[in-house]
Amino acid sequence: MNERSSKTPLLTARDLTLRFGRIAALDGVDLDIHPGEVVAIVGESGSGKTTLLRVLSGLMRPDAGEVSYLGQDVLGMSEAARRRLMRTEWGFVHQNPRDGLRMAVSAGGNIGERLMATGARHYGNIREQASHWLTRVEIDPARMDEVPAKFSGGMQQRLQIARTLVTLPKLVFMDEPTGGLDVSVQARLLDLIRALVADLGLAVLIVTHDIAAARLLAHRMLVMRHGVVVESGLTDRVLDDPQHPYTQLLVSSVLAA
Amino acid sequence: MSISLATEGLSKEFRLHLQGDVRIPVLADVDFSVAPGECVALAGPSGAGKSTLMRCLYGNYGAGSGRILIRHRGELVDLAAADPMLVREIRRETLGYVSQFLRVIPRIGARDIVAEPLRARGVPAGAALARATELLTRLNLPARLHDLPPATFSGGEQQRINLARGFAADYPVLLLDEPTASLDPVNRQVVVTLIAEAKARGAALIGIFHDTQIRDQVADRLFEVLPIQDAA
Repeated sequence: MNERSSKTPLLTARDLTLRFGRIAALDGVDLDIHPGEVVAIVGESGSGKTTLLRVLSGLMRPDAGEVSYLGQDVLGMSEAARRRLMRTEWGFVHQNPRDGLRMAVSAGGNIGERLMATGARHYGNIREQASHWLTRVEIDPARMDEVPAKFSGGMQQRLQIARTLVTLPKLVFMDEPTGGLDVSVQARLLDLIRALVADLGLAVLIVTHDIAAARLLAHRMLVMRHGVVVESGLTDRVLDDPQHPYTQLLVSSVLAA
Repeated sequence: MSISLATEGLSKEFRLHLQGDVRIPVLADVDFSVAPGECVALAGPSGAGKSTLMRCLYGNYGAGSGRILIRHRGELVDLAAADPMLVREIRRETLGYVSQFLRVIPRIGARDIVAEPLRARGVPAGAALARATELLTRLNLPARLHDLPPATFSGGEQQRINLARGFAADYPVLLLDEPTASLDPVNRQVVVTLIAEAKARGAALIGIFHDTQIRDQVADRLFEVLPIQDAA
């Protein structure tokens, strides 16, 4: 009767295992992400959530397991093929915008560079697109020729998002995108991500320790502890009716605002 | 009889791991059903599990055991066993929920909050916003508030936004948790009319109505939810 709504997943991971010495960073993790689905991975520092993101995006190799993107074996593909994917159909938003931006290149250049990597050549069009994307992430396009080093942290993060989304990727990995920002700036960024993700129909895998951010953004949630997914399901079900002792602890530790 | 929503042997127990693994049974073997065009009011003393039942029906609480059958795209689907993708699809197309309190989203205006379920179904922005305006106006929310984020609105104003959101999308099945609790008499009557209109177009409604006068105006019958020790 059920399972009939399940379309082909975009990304599938099976039985991912990775040990750092005696510590299991990933211990038998399975995950599917479907087109247009926003999935949050929550857990404390050291739970393995960032490692999982790095393994899924091919930045790190697991000891065992499989990752498949639209039928392609991510772990088996060449570095060139993976980089091509990362430039076109995937995006990665880092916690620290400095890891995702070129700080010595202008804001417009940061956006244009990614467009050019996918084959755009016409200077006027690229500049026009850059201006459009700056507006979309609420940066005054008049500042297009400034380098991001002159921007605030929140602006840098918004610029990183514009740079990532300009090629209209199918799947975006986000690692604590609001992590280093002031609370007032976080709300604006979360709202922006929420609107863009819905408009563009992106699939997003977002790692966060911020439960409220996960509730706002994610359709589905995975709770990780010691490298194991201890609970997963619809975001509001996991947060309002947590089953696992660790999820109950996590949810009850959050102050209601 | 045709069924819009039905439960079969629905049970729910909360297990509190952090409080010495206490188990709190709330629902045991609940069987009830609602037909198209019918409004059923959940009755029973405070703490009997009416809100828990509502949340189970929405998939917000997982069912402990039993089935929750909902007519979705013409077929009866077991919501209690549906995967998250299917639950989202059911919530988008078939099942609405007006909770007691509005969950505000920073920076989003009232009209956009109301239009959002329609937008999620692919209704163009113009039509969705027009429908949102229509509902907000019917519920007497002043036009100057329509584009403001409701974080600072009064309880009654927030509740009307929640109601507008729930009724704008014409869900075939609508759950109403104390929909008139903080409304004045005029707006309570607007809600009575909205419920009557929803019934007339064939929607099935399940509600918790603290206000017995409203309840008697809208409900076709009562379904008694009893505390478990009494029900045994």
